[in-house]
Amino acid sequence: MRKLTPTLLAALAAVLGMLVPAFAALKVDVNQANIQPLPIAIPDFVPVTPADVAAGQNIAKVVRADLDRSGLFKPLDPKSFIDKVTNINIAPNFSDWRIITAQGLVTGSVAMQSDGRLRVDFRLWDIYGEEQMLGLQYFTQPANWRRIAHMISDAIYQRITGETGYFDTRIVFISESGPPLARKKRLAVMDEDGANPTFLTNGSYLVLTPRFNPTAQMIAYMSYIGRKPAVYLFDLESGRQEKLGDFPNMTFSPRFSPDGNKVVMSLEKGGNSDIYVMDLRTRAVTRLTYDPGIDTSPSYSPDGKQITFESDRGGTQQIYVMNADGSNQHRISFGAGRNGTPVWSPRGDLIAFTKITSGSFRIGVMRPDGSGERILSDGWEDEGPTWAPNGRVLMFTRTIEGGRGSQIWSIDVTGRNERRVATPGDASDPAWSPLIQ
Amino acid sequence: MTKMSAGMKLAVVAFAVMLAGCETKPPPAPPAAPPPAPVATPAPSIVPGSAEDLRVNVGDTVHFDYNKSAVLEGDKATLQRQATWLAKYPSVRVTIEGNCDERGTREYNLALGARRANAVKEYLNSLGVSAARIDTISYGKERPICSESTESCWAQNRRAVTVIASGASS
Repeated sequence: MRKLTPTLLAALAAVLGMLVPAFAALKVDVNQANIQPLPIAIPDFVPVTPADVAAGQNIAKVVRADLDRSGLFKPLDPKSFIDKVTNINIAPNFSDWRIITAQGLVTGSVAMQSDGRLRVDFRLWDIYGEEQMLGLQYFTQPANWRRIAHMISDAIYQRITGETGYFDTRIVFISESGPPLARKKRLAVMDEDGANPTFLTNGSYLVLTPRFNPTAQMIAYMSYIGRKPAVYLFDLESGRQEKLGDFPNMTFSPRFSPDGNKVVMSLEKGGNSDIYVMDLRTRAVTRLTYDPGIDTSPSYSPDGKQITFESDRGGTQQIYVMNADGSNQHRISFGAGRNGTPVWSPRGDLIAFTKITSGSFRIGVMRPDGSGERILSDGWEDEGPTWAPNGRVLMFTRTIEGGRGSQIWSIDVTGRNERRVATPGDASDPAWSPLIQ
Repeated sequence: MTKMSAGMKLAVVAFAVMLAGCETKPPPAPPAAPPPAPVATPAPSIVPGSAEDLRVNVGDTVHFDYNKSAVLEGDKATLQRQATWLAKYPSVRVTIEGNCDERGTREYNLALGARRANAVKEYLNSLGVSAARIDTISYGKERPICSESTESCWAQNRRAVTVIASGASS
């Protein structure tokens, strides 16, 4: 709660009867492992005309769900509300909101304009400081109401935690269906909260490991179309699929560079897999690794200067870092077991990975120099982490023992708030988009 | 599978059909029908040089230790038979499909499956089969033949299968 006003902090301290110098105990700091979710009231948005009632209810519902899912907020039950918000331009009855323990209040209004656009206004109130913390206005096509709700959630999250939000984002993933021995896998995208799922391939050929480019318009993935496994690009705007390059053997494990101009991936030759990078503008291909071990799962640092990857050149699957030109390859994982699927945080501070020890697969994070390893998840087989654009939340694939399918789960980088992500049926290989521009 | 008799195969098929029948809602149970008596019909003859010939009479599958890609001693006889058979049918081209168990990360298993397929290719090549007749493909952990999370299932899934790409008799 770095951005909360001193007034609010003082009020909270008074209410809780705590004598807290500098109010240290009252921060909603996303870095802390144990925090109390902030009680926040989000009444249905006020409809300006009777035709706006549903939109006002729907937007408030999505904002409540977003903030609840973050684990940092506790949206209060609307049934408990005493004050009824009918005009968001006058201050709320703060005492009525204090009675139901709300510390924050979100009020909003919805109005269909004569030009066919939806106008959405909202205000974030500090109940104890008795002042407005934020007020924003949006105009959009009515069909975009979900995005407006997510943008409001992002604005609230950012104002109160000081961190950029991640609700107005999409997830590309592999949708799974069918019996364990004949799985059908389809490329799919959905909103971060599981809404608006869209299937991009029909399941007649195997697809794996999709990843967004930095504008979330392009997806790099692996396809077995024509029984020739290779990396493909999928353009979301045109729906066009394109094989990336013309290699004689399998290409796999693609990932974009932070500027979106390159794809780094593995190419297999004679049973050996090495890492190559292709410039998407010139189509020039550069080989980065040359050893006889398996080299795969490359992922750029956010400044584009380094690449983390996994290799079994030392005997077992471990995590390495090299410069983007392939120089200075060095191992960073030295803990117990095997370590794979490294993914660099968009903040640059951590690398998430899959840790394999005596029969368990879990998601962990470590610093880029290999220090500070922490294990976050605890499934039977968790693998393949992907970062929220703010570097605070991870999604990953959780395979259920006994051929009972795969699910997508998320967990905070603190290790808190582990929960299943809503998907249409079974799902795997999630990749988080950047914040949509 | 390599030594399975035709009679056994018929029995397996009948069993599978019965199982499939059980999955749909069974009608009210009629008096239990006696199990069909073993029928001693002669096996339908397998065409020499066919995909079935390779699968049944030669053996199309070899297995691997966990995380390993070396051809196992016990599988060398199978690959020797494959090489002999491929020498007898020189127009046949094959694809070696490399597979892994579920206990590995997805990308690593794609690479490991490629290693396994290539190990079989190299072994066949060392026995005189031209490398130009052999393609490889890795399915990683995406094509299991056994779905339980047990060591015996994982051992079955860690495999390379030689399948005919073209030139088979039919």
